[in-house]
Amino acid sequence: METLILIKSVLLIIPIVLLLLLLLPARRWRLPMAVVAGVVLAFALSASLPSGILAYSVSFAIMGCVYALLTLGLNIQWGYTGHLNFGVAGFFAVGAFTSALMTVEAPTGIAAQYTQMAFGLGLPFLVGVAAAALVSAVVAFLVAVPVLRLRMDFLAIATIGVAEIIRLIFQNERWLANGPQPLRGIPQPLRCLVETQGCGWLPPWTTTVLEPLTPRDYPLFYLTIISLFVAGAYLLMERACRSPWGRMLRAVRDEEASAAMNGKPITYVRIQSFVVGAVIMGIAGALYAHYTVTIDYSHFHALFATFLVWVMLMLGGSGNNRGAIIGGFIVWGVWSGTAFLANAIEPLLALIADDLPRRAAYFRWLLVALLLAAIVLFRPQGLIREEKRVSRYLRE
Amino acid sequence: MTRETEESGGPHGKTSRSDDAVLLKVQGLVRDFDSLRALDGADLEVHSDTITGLIGPNGAGKTTLFNVVTGFHLAQGGRVTLNGQDITNLPPHRIFRHGLCRTFQIPREHQSLSVLENLMLVPIGQQGEGLFNAWLRPGAVRRQELANRKKALEVLEFVDLSHVRDEYARNLSGGQKKLLELARTLMTDPTLVLLDEPGAGVNPTLMHRLTDNIRYLNRERGITFLVIEHDMDMIMSLCDPVVVMSEGRQLMTGSPEEVRRDPRVLEAYLGGQYATVEG
Repeated sequence: METLILIKSVLLIIPIVLLLLLLLPARRWRLPMAVVAGVVLAFALSASLPSGILAYSVSFAIMGCVYALLTLGLNIQWGYTGHLNFGVAGFFAVGAFTSALMTVEAPTGIAAQYTQMAFGLGLPFLVGVAAAALVSAVVAFLVAVPVLRLRMDFLAIATIGVAEIIRLIFQNERWLANGPQPLRGIPQPLRCLVETQGCGWLPPWTTTVLEPLTPRDYPLFYLTIISLFVAGAYLLMERACRSPWGRMLRAVRDEEASAAMNGKPITYVRIQSFVVGAVIMGIAGALYAHYTVTIDYSHFHALFATFLVWVMLMLGGSGNNRGAIIGGFIVWGVWSGTAFLANAIEPLLALIADDLPRRAAYFRWLLVALLLAAIVLFRPQGLIREEKRVSRYLRE
Repeated sequence: MTRETEESGGPHGKTSRSDDAVLLKVQGLVRDFDSLRALDGADLEVHSDTITGLIGPNGAGKTTLFNVVTGFHLAQGGRVTLNGQDITNLPPHRIFRHGLCRTFQIPREHQSLSVLENLMLVPIGQQGEGLFNAWLRPGAVRRQELANRKKALEVLEFVDLSHVRDEYARNLSGGQKKLLELARTLMTDPTLVLLDEPGAGVNPTLMHRLTDNIRYLNRERGITFLVIEHDMDMIMSLCDPVVVMSEGRQLMTGSPEEVRRDPRVLEAYLGGQYATVEG
């Protein structure tokens, strides 16, 4: 039992350190502080929390990371460039299905009658993620060329339409990715570490060391993987946004005509930012698919995959990558928390009318909508506002 | 550069100089907005090293001319050449790279950027504007950023905005925004700068500084200016020659004195356009 807690603690270290790095202010002592506190916290949490709560927290954090990535992508598009993209779900779906098709083995024999897919290449996880990024980029580019001529509300309507088209294609085209039926068996990276036979390509001692882990503990590995993806995306985006590239985006957002007169190719800039944002959303989709193992079209409704992301970005702070990630986690927390709340008030609703408890789910949306209204009214700039200085080379 | 002596010739009393000194040449420009013909075969020549004035009653097509020349609106007819190169209907950023800058009648600063970064945005060839350079070549980007910062600080010093360099540009006063517009054009080495009503809404002191700056830049840095302005005192003291537009066409060109005396100019301002509307 003790070794199990030890292993769990070690696996929690990277995600917790990364989280602390995100939350602590940028000071000289940030890195050592985060490492020390992260190690202590990791051991304290895995030793003190009941395993059920720990497992729930881990799965919560993984979905938080998926949403953090979506919010980061939207931040490039809306926060930095002012693209009113209401089609986040579309790129999320493209990424998820692309990675699934690349990594699932095409079914043979009798299974092929139940699962139809255009192809199933059985390639490694990272290839799937890379393909998801690439295909999202291509789709975003094809969408951007006609659609980015539109501004603001028209762009929003067009992107909703595109996302719905993408979802309906995956719903109706059976040959592509099993149509209305779910696509199952998406492989999970490093899953073999928790299986009894271990990973063939790793030295045998890993199997011995990880012996106490059961498949139920797999999300701990996935949390480390996905939090590294979030950190990588954050670092890349932050570096790009805090350089002349980000300044150009903000200039185009503020005043297009003037940016053009300052020699900036605005159409190219707008397409570039749209594509970069969509690539991150596509990667989020891929990481979601590999986590849930089974995906179908219904996972990509605008409510979950677009509007929730918008609330996250509005809360965290448009134009601030740190804010985007934090907003993603907070709103995901609110959303998950309201599930308990909705359950708790069901008896109360039953007193009012018999059929109200069945509609308790909508109560959650009501709360999210209220949250959005409160943000817009009381803190329109979000929790962490956009920084005045763009270029990181200007620190004196 | 050889310049023929100015002669008063042609039906419009046009001041003509040798062709190689013509920096900007606009020929027969046409532009409609729905049924309104904003430019109706407009011609214009701007000679190197001049400060050319562009005046005319409201609706004469002056700003539309600027917009078409700088690529914001497409020309439906006619030709624009800069330094002998055809720039008709190129996109604005390409025209900018030919050394043509403009300012806007109503300043269009980048509100969420600081005054300093409004200027640092401008220079051409910034490596950090490429995504991969921003990721992989921070050293080169840093060198350029520091050089551009130095230049921006010099320009801010010149237009006397150093004290507000870290303010959001949206917080500047109207006059300061006008100065920022001028400063923007100095971040590159433009050959021709189009100023759209630089004096509108600017108090007399600031106006003096503005005209002094324009004169200085013209004399010391060899920048040619084309200035739209309604303030006749400013035009008369600053510009030579002055081009008069009316109803989408050039009415005449001449020295400020000639323009002042010409009866057609007076008619265009006072009655001409109303007579046509009625007809």
